[in-house]
Amino acid sequence: MIVDTICIVLVSLGLLFFVGGAVGVIRFPDFYTRMHAAGKGDTMSVFLVLVGLAVYQLGDFSLGNALVAGKILFITVFIMWASPTSTHALIRAGLEEGQKVWTRDDKKEESEK
Amino acid sequence: MYRLSIFLLLFGIWIIFSGLFDAFHTTLGLISAAFVTLISSEFFFADRSAGVGARIQQIIRLPIYLLWMLYQILLSNIHILKLALSPGDLEEVEPSLIRVKTNLKTDFGKWMLANSITLTPGTITIDIEGDELLIHSISKATSAGVEDDSMERKIAAIFERENS
Repeated sequence: MIVDTICIVLVSLGLLFFVGGAVGVIRFPDFYTRMHAAGKGDTMSVFLVLVGLAVYQLGDFSLGNALVAGKILFITVFIMWASPTSTHALIRAGLEEGQKVWTRDDKKEESEK
Repeated sequence: MYRLSIFLLLFGIWIIFSGLFDAFHTTLGLISAAFVTLISSEFFFADRSAGVGARIQQIIRLPIYLLWMLYQILLSNIHILKLALSPGDLEEVEPSLIRVKTNLKTDFGKWMLANSITLTPGTITIDIEGDELLIHSISKATSAGVEDDSMERKIAAIFERENS
């Protein structure tokens, strides 16, 4: 019962962060700021969801389930390794390709036009 | 000796991950661990000058850093969430490119710093040029977080103690 509650709270929090990331991708002004939302809203939300699932596995304790929980935790570690690397690769490709960096001043010019 | 320890490490990971102890799966594990050791054991620890004791000290200090990192990630994720869901004209979004000098010397330390900066939402490391990091930051608050060098000092304390 307590385990279920912890699991539900963790997964829901994770989903909340996912929503934040998705909304950010739509609302932010340029390529770079969108990458912020897309690439990294994910790290925390995936972490929370997976930890929630690991807790759920451990609720019914046995050696097999503990192994599964351990593997889930390993997945979170690998994601925290891979996510910043891919974000970095994408954003660097964007810079080299010549994407313009949006600043506050651009916004003012747009509204003056 | 070095290859044997790599082999045992890989085989141990296989045992933990497979969870099956019958002859077939154990043999598969032995074969694949031996194969991986044969072709790529040289890559695991490119710099073997640090002794085993120093490595173990690093392994003990690393989780403390990761926990602190996790707390930072949580803080800045909340920041991004607030930015994304703030009503109106996204007043707080003020992107800028900043350059930060680092005193870290090893490639691994720089990689760790760059990844840590990218992991904390609001900042992405675009490039490492020598000892300068080029960083894209989404708002004023996150820029201030990067210019504060506490993260760098923590990494230096773990991986470059003997150098400093």
